[in-house]
Amino acid sequence: MTDTPAEQSAAPRGWYKRNEIAVTPWLFLAPAILFFAFYVIWPIYQSIMISFYDWDGLGEARFIGMDNYVELMDDGAFEVSLWNNLKWLLFYLLAIPGGLFIALFLNQTVTGIRIYKSLFFFPFVLSQVVVGLVFSWFYLPNEGLLNGVLGLVGLGPVNVLGDPTLATYGIIAAGLWPQTAYCMILYLTGLNAVDPEQIEAGRLDNAKGWKMLWYIIIPQLKPATFIAFVVTIIGALRSFDLISIMTNGGPFGQTRVLSFYMFEKALSEYGFRMGYGAAIAVVLFLIMLVFITYFLWSMWKEEKAR
Amino acid sequence: MFPTPIEKTPRSWQLTYQSLLPLALIMWLLPLIAVAVFSIKPAVDFTQGNYWGLPSSFEMFANYGQVFFNSDMPRYMLNSVLITVPTVIGAVTLSCLAGFALGIYKFKANIWVFFMFVAGNFVPFQILMVPVRDLTLDMGLYNTKTGLVLFHVAFQTGFCTLFMRNFIRALPYELVEAARVEGIAEWKIFWYVVIPLMKPAIAALSVLIFTFIWNDYFWAVVLTQGPESQPVTAGITSFNAQFRAAYHLMSAGSIVAALPPVLMFFLMQKHFIAGLTLGAVK
Repeated sequence: MTDTPAEQSAAPRGWYKRNEIAVTPWLFLAPAILFFAFYVIWPIYQSIMISFYDWDGLGEARFIGMDNYVELMDDGAFEVSLWNNLKWLLFYLLAIPGGLFIALFLNQTVTGIRIYKSLFFFPFVLSQVVVGLVFSWFYLPNEGLLNGVLGLVGLGPVNVLGDPTLATYGIIAAGLWPQTAYCMILYLTGLNAVDPEQIEAGRLDNAKGWKMLWYIIIPQLKPATFIAFVVTIIGALRSFDLISIMTNGGPFGQTRVLSFYMFEKALSEYGFRMGYGAAIAVVLFLIMLVFITYFLWSMWKEEKAR
Repeated sequence: MFPTPIEKTPRSWQLTYQSLLPLALIMWLLPLIAVAVFSIKPAVDFTQGNYWGLPSSFEMFANYGQVFFNSDMPRYMLNSVLITVPTVIGAVTLSCLAGFALGIYKFKANIWVFFMFVAGNFVPFQILMVPVRDLTLDMGLYNTKTGLVLFHVAFQTGFCTLFMRNFIRALPYELVEAARVEGIAEWKIFWYVVIPLMKPAIAALSVLIFTFIWNDYFWAVVLTQGPESQPVTAGITSFNAQFRAAYHLMSAGSIVAALPPVLMFFLMQKHFIAGLTLGAVK
């Protein structure tokens, strides 16, 4: 098909011209793939390798097989981190119903509603560092506004971040603030695209309130829910900034999660145990891999459906 | 529309809704409002225990002046700009190229290359930390803005390529076919046909990446130290150490650090939200 007479008679064409359609995509992809392979893909492999070594980051690395992982099994701090990661995963998901609730509340056309929507979304734009600072001041036992408000109704004072059992929940609540805003904006966009005819049909069938929401609205919001789910899970497992800013892992290491504990082991004043840190990172990576596989599988199904 | 439009509801609910709105907003932003109030208070208020009352005097200019002229803050802000802007340019450029390749051409490895970018984008930072830090040290780029920019460009390329590829997929493919029939070279199709159509995506992505990178803290801590190259998110912690317990100054500093992405959001709101919600609607 390429060797039509017209082409054969044309002047000898270069190799590139003849293979243009096959070669061009790779030329366009080359820079991105090179960067990505160098800084993302290859380091994943290296980290897995390092996790089998005992290494302080400077001297000679010593191969110790599975020893790092064996040590993890008996490490109380690791266990605490793992449980806290679970709490994060579970409670962070509250951002999804929370975001839906606010989106439903704001999905009106009264004057000034656009400004309300932007201001409700606004916490998402703040850096987690600032969110962490804002909330750690909000929680302060004496100076904080939370205890000021609690004092008005005769409760408190509570030292949220100083209490080993409460602290993690306090940090998760701070994280929920921007995350709920994100889910809200996803749902606002989704609600905009809900088919008005189906709502009318539902109204004719006497579907109201909760029933309407559950059987007609939520199914149509599925794409928004999927994205909200993806970003919330990723966000929960990435939680590092807030913990580092608000409690630095304390009190008594009770707010550590895997991502923070790994950093502590590998880079902080507690010593440079790169191999051990890498092993923690591998565990976190494996947890994430379960979700990544699920996300990719859903995307793949959708691609095939097209 | 769901829920029922407010104009079709009883008058009493309309009034309740109208008064509920500002109340809910104040509750929602309460922690932030507290910090904003902190930032205009004089130091005296904190020593006298007037934490959440009205400021006894209006010290906005003094407090913010302190941040701008008597600390490393401007330095950190400049670093943030010098890290963020090149990253945005680099990541958007790479992903325009890659997104074009994955969105337009049909070849066997297409979906696998695409999935590599998507999967890499979801990876926890910690698994990259030790090797990337080593790599940066080996290249002599530790504690430089360049080292941070190179990594950010590479990592953000994952998300950006996902974004660009999906956007290009939604463009009318007939345009490319028509251009091919005309015998136009592939790179010219990219430059003259596809890029002009991608302008909204480029705008949306630039705003998003600006915000993500400005707000990055983890990599700033891992790859830099000290005011000569640290961005403002990491700098704010040394700032706070300098002004320990001076809540009025720490609040002012945090607000200054948060301001550029906030401005970006309010100025480019349409693009920002379009970028964030791409894919939220079929």
